[in-house]
Amino acid sequence: MSAPHPDTWLRVLPQGLYCEPGDFFIDPLRAVGHAVITHGHSDHARPGHGGVLATEATLAIMRVRMGEGAAGERQQPLGYRTPLDHRGVGITLVPAGHVLGSAQVVLDWQGSRVVVSGDYKRQPDPTCAAFEPVPCDVFVTEATFGFPVFRHPDPAHEIAKLLKSLTIFPERTHIVGAYSLGKAQRVIALLRAAGWDQPIFIHGALASLCALYEAHGVALGPLLPATGAAKDTLKGAIVIAPPAAAADRWSRRMNDPLIARASGWMRVRQRAKMAGVELPLVISDHADWDDLLRTVDETQAPEVWVTHGAEEALIHALSLRQIKGRPLSLVGYEDDEAPEETVAEPEA
Amino acid sequence: MTPFAELLERLVFTPGRLAKLALLRDYFTHTPDPDRGFALAAIAGDLSFTAAKPAMIRELVTARVDPTLFAWSYDYVGDLAETAALIWPGSRAGTAPRLSDVVSILSDTPKAALPAVVADWLDMCDASERLALLKLITGGLRVGASARLAKIALGEMAGVPADDIEEVWHGLQPPYGPLFDWLSGRAPKPDAAGAPVFRPTMLAHPLEETDAAALDWSAYRAEWKWDGIRVQLVATPQGRRLYTRTAEDISHGFPEILAAMEFHGVLDGELLVMRDGEVAPFADLQQRLNRKSPGPKMLKDFPAGVRLYDILFDGDEDLRALSFDDRRARLEAWFAHHQPARMDLSALIPFTAQADLAELRFGARAASIEGLMLKRGDSAYLAGRPKGPWWKWKRAPLTIDAVLMYAQRGHGRRSSIYSDYTFGLWREDGVLVPVGKAYSGITDQELAFIDRWVRAHTTSRFGPVREVEKGLVLEIAFDAAQRSNRHKSGVALRFPRISRIRTDKPAAEADRLDSLIARIPAGGPAKGEALVEEGD
Repeated sequence: MSAPHPDTWLRVLPQGLYCEPGDFFIDPLRAVGHAVITHGHSDHARPGHGGVLATEATLAIMRVRMGEGAAGERQQPLGYRTPLDHRGVGITLVPAGHVLGSAQVVLDWQGSRVVVSGDYKRQPDPTCAAFEPVPCDVFVTEATFGFPVFRHPDPAHEIAKLLKSLTIFPERTHIVGAYSLGKAQRVIALLRAAGWDQPIFIHGALASLCALYEAHGVALGPLLPATGAAKDTLKGAIVIAPPAAAADRWSRRMNDPLIARASGWMRVRQRAKMAGVELPLVISDHADWDDLLRTVDETQAPEVWVTHGAEEALIHALSLRQIKGRPLSLVGYEDDEAPEETVAEPEA
Repeated sequence: MTPFAELLERLVFTPGRLAKLALLRDYFTHTPDPDRGFALAAIAGDLSFTAAKPAMIRELVTARVDPTLFAWSYDYVGDLAETAALIWPGSRAGTAPRLSDVVSILSDTPKAALPAVVADWLDMCDASERLALLKLITGGLRVGASARLAKIALGEMAGVPADDIEEVWHGLQPPYGPLFDWLSGRAPKPDAAGAPVFRPTMLAHPLEETDAAALDWSAYRAEWKWDGIRVQLVATPQGRRLYTRTAEDISHGFPEILAAMEFHGVLDGELLVMRDGEVAPFADLQQRLNRKSPGPKMLKDFPAGVRLYDILFDGDEDLRALSFDDRRARLEAWFAHHQPARMDLSALIPFTAQADLAELRFGARAASIEGLMLKRGDSAYLAGRPKGPWWKWKRAPLTIDAVLMYAQRGHGRRSSIYSDYTFGLWREDGVLVPVGKAYSGITDQELAFIDRWVRAHTTSRFGPVREVEKGLVLEIAFDAAQRSNRHKSGVALRFPRISRIRTDKPAAEADRLDSLIARIPAGGPAKGEALVEEGD
């Protein structure tokens, strides 16, 4: 008997991607009985589930972000590469390289294998475990940057631009807008790798997540709260803040602030202009176009399902490689690098 | 190419003038010759390549990229050079060429060999460098800094007034070796003697109410502020030039003016389109300004002239230290002697008290007049914008509250934004009729607001145009209303711009067409124009 096609046991329901034999959802968009969570970004990790299976770091992130009560009634940590059998469905978590704790969910059922990759990237990132390709029958991928114009440069090059700007504008406070989970810590780690050893000032919304990263062995160096810091000490300093705060009234207390933004969208001038950014830094936690294609190749999957993003271009490009592409059009996955993010995180 | 590309990228995103200056200073300080000279030429618009066309770029890219993916990407990015720069396959395979090498190789390469040369360069560049390169070679470079700003930065770098650079500028060619030698202290100031170089212009401050109250009116002379563009006419035995007030050489666009400069001297005046001594609307002049070299029909239909108001040099005699009154006397004598074709004098307006002028300014609604100029009789001709000697007293703009009817996406950095608006007023019968279009006047935040509003309130689409619900009121400022047969409403506005968004006002309470028509000056010359005739 040949293995069942994945679309016979993995389906799209209004709540999200559903594994029928295992009776659980992966990154469900609303509260469900059983959820497997790929990573801690709020559109993938939603509150109010019954049971939650995820990596220990992802569970910790969920508790920090939504509070003990909302992060699932029953939390079950699962280490990377440790297969678990659940009602005959094999569940294995494999690093996705997106943010701390991020995992691809490898599902095995009756000889058929699906890899749900969540969000992922292939660039090196000292703040999380590196993506590992897993051969499979269906690879479920994002396509946030699913246009061939998105080809992320070396992040060290972008950090060098920031440091050079500090030599041209030594008085100005350089505020880097960066998503508070993942991007912020990565930018800090990149700055440390580039030799910036001065204290980095952080927005209140970042404090608990930075502490969590530190507790998981990611060294971030000296961090100080930006809120309440004297204007003088912020001269020529680097401040990291959620994008909405960086570009809003919060930044007025800084010294002639220069607003930077770390996001893959900064690659396109129009988008960077609309974001009102003075120094765009093309640093992304998502796979770029080349890496999307490379990853599909490495999984050797004959069929690819695209959860969200610019799926048309990716599916077209896959068809040129004789790979079957299918849009899942899951509505509800937001874009954690969007320049027009409007909701400010509360100050912790 | 690398430092130049970095500079361009930073300038594009940097709104502040001081910050732009800092970026330019940093670039000129750290970039070797002759690269910085070519960069300066690129900023000043003195570099132009014609062999590399956008079509060539498109061919290079589509030979390497799937056409569907390219088309979608171009749609998404909205700019050909940027799409090509981003989508170009492969990663940086070497070191980007130096700017000076790009310039010299481009001028030496036969057209047929160009695609291969450009493709090689693109392989060696990263995305920012590719974009700078493509914009440079196709002539689409938009620097986000003017030649003037670059000269100010150079002046700050070398401790030299920017006006000193201006005075030698037009005697030099890219990459301006003698200029950089002088600024670096390696050589004396280049000698521009006898060359038809630009002389820094004297500019006026806007007169605010507080200034007007403190003014000793009897010390000032008054002239109309003409609605053309300020020009400087320079004629020496070595040549003739027509410059804008920002030192841009526009000689080629106005051959009839050049032909009429049968004298040696430097004069200051207003460039206008004039038909039988009557000043045509600014839009007519704009037709001419848009053409680098006008054809015979253009010259006939839009004849240019200069209304003179100052003399800086008579022959090689420098008159700038003389008082305005003395220069005026020299100007009148000079004019009587030379009688140059296509030129006349801007008349002085006699007045005895501020009230006379206030009334004139209020009544000044002729299309050719923007307001009044006040110049101190005892003031020398000073470079720059010294406060006190010269004032411009523009007439106040008129405003109407109009209803947004259609929106269209803009160009360049506004290509993803609905930024061009058609607005209308209510007619007697309750129908909204369009009265004009506006593209400017609002901040980026307001632009973003209207863009969102348009997307959320679209009722139908015609290609790039969206029709919207009649629900958003815009306060439109304009200089004058004119009768027009080309508009359905019968009215055209001069210089319409958005002065604010009236979210507080229901559309039904926007202005009526009648109230705008009532503001069109009655037929015949406006009061102001009649006075000019008397003055002449």
